[in-house]
Amino acid sequence: MLTGKDQMPEDALYAMMDVLCPMHAVLNATGHIVHAGPTLHKLRGDAPLIGARFSEAFEVKRPHSDGSMSAMLGRSGTKLHLQVRGGQRTDLKGVLVPLPPSGAMGPAGGALINLSFGISVVDAVRDYDLTSADFAATDLTIEMLYLVEAKTAAMEASRTLNLRLQGAMIAAEEKAYTDTLTGLKNRRALDYVLGRLLENEQDFALLQLDLDFFKAVNDTMGHAAGDHVLKEVGRVLVEETRAEDTVARVGGDEFVLVLTRITDAGRVHDIAGRMIARLELPIPFAGQVCRISGSAGSTLSCDYARPSRAQMMEDADVALYSAKRQGRGQHVRYNASLNDDKDQVAQNVPPKREGDNASDGAPIRN
Amino acid sequence: MHGLINRAIERFVRDTYGRDTWGQVIRRAGLDFCEFESMLMYEPEVTTLVLDTVSQVLDRPEADVLEDIGTYLVSHPKVEALRRLLRFGGQTFTEFLHSLDDLPARSRLAVSDLDLPQLELREHGAELFSLTCQGSRAGFGHVIVGLLRALADDYGALVLLDHKGEQGGTEVIEIRVLTTAHASGRRFDLGARVD
Repeated sequence: MLTGKDQMPEDALYAMMDVLCPMHAVLNATGHIVHAGPTLHKLRGDAPLIGARFSEAFEVKRPHSDGSMSAMLGRSGTKLHLQVRGGQRTDLKGVLVPLPPSGAMGPAGGALINLSFGISVVDAVRDYDLTSADFAATDLTIEMLYLVEAKTAAMEASRTLNLRLQGAMIAAEEKAYTDTLTGLKNRRALDYVLGRLLENEQDFALLQLDLDFFKAVNDTMGHAAGDHVLKEVGRVLVEETRAEDTVARVGGDEFVLVLTRITDAGRVHDIAGRMIARLELPIPFAGQVCRISGSAGSTLSCDYARPSRAQMMEDADVALYSAKRQGRGQHVRYNASLNDDKDQVAQNVPPKREGDNASDGAPIRN
Repeated sequence: MHGLINRAIERFVRDTYGRDTWGQVIRRAGLDFCEFESMLMYEPEVTTLVLDTVSQVLDRPEADVLEDIGTYLVSHPKVEALRRLLRFGGQTFTEFLHSLDDLPARSRLAVSDLDLPQLELREHGAELFSLTCQGSRAGFGHVIVGLLRALADDYGALVLLDHKGEQGGTEVIEIRVLTTAHASGRRFDLGARVD
């Protein structure tokens, strides 16, 4: 179709192709580019495409070929993987068809090749500053970019929710493992810590500590004073232990301490002694002074061939019982002979431990 | 109602009137939480309650509040992502208008359980359109009016918008496009990264 003196018959085809496939190129028989769609021009920056050899501007990566025109024509109709040479080295997809030998639609022996970005499109749009006008109206690229952004935004919203739920979960777990009055660990946390240490065969000292005269404080000065004393005790116990140790409140005025990596009975005795000494310091409350003390019994995991939680808790309890019998404010380390004492005591002497029976009155120092 | 909708109301109040005003809304509505989760579902009554309360606290008619929410969604920097997603609809404001029919489907592509009202554009002349909204909740048309007003600015078009009221669950908006190149508008960079 000749529409003007200088117009070649193929010009009308090229104009249509510019709209339908803005990333196409027309190659002549020697593989040189004689026409390129408007978007394809943008990929080369200032370097002119027209007149350049196609293989100098674009590398055919797969199927592998020498880039010659005959090799390209041999692949006509199949999917080509290409890359822009120089610059951003953007990956492209392409398909090539030979032009009719008559020369009616372009140079005889030449080819028409259409390109697209494939998966590299998100980067390419930014790298070459493309707009929706650079894509054919039927091209799904814009929809794909929309989807990428929409999904990213939705994913971000989900991620925010996940983070918040995770935060709530951690808070709930903390709460489940914490004694709310003192901020110390509770029995659940203690069970967990002991289970983990025993499972990993790590050595530790287990120390049971009961407050002495606490009931008297509660009874004579009220629950507020009692709560204050418990908080102070919690603070002392935490201060006298290391961060890796566990201090748990397991009953009204009963505490259990797990001192990790300790195999030396002398050290446990020192720590317990220091704690008890500090517990005996007067605790001021509402213009009055609360006085308590503490009794402690301990046992070491390294003393057992196969330490178990139940056995160690029981033995520490026996030692604690013995400490109470020896007078308040004492620490006793467990040994097997203490069991005999306890049996004897159980038969002959009423229990002295506070809270052991319902008629437990004001504490008596004996 | 989808959390995204409730969250939009909340963000509008907080970003426009401040945290205290939102706190007032929460207290007056008697909600036992202070933030909506975008990705959770809520009972439809919650949305109605919150909108009623916002209207009371701001002492403005609900239609005005809804329109402001629509404007907020396009023009506030904090919700830039949404403006961008809408701008994908077309290169010109008129093209964008023609993309409105696809809006619910487009939203579902991103968030599969987000049900937006059905929109249908009718062309009565080169510059005269009407848009019908068939929504689950009356008043959505006012949000669309605010949204279109802000988007027209965004495209640099000059338009007249008129909410023609609601009949049988359908709201009609009249759109008169005076010029599509009134002002320069805001640039839409296809490859921009939104953080």
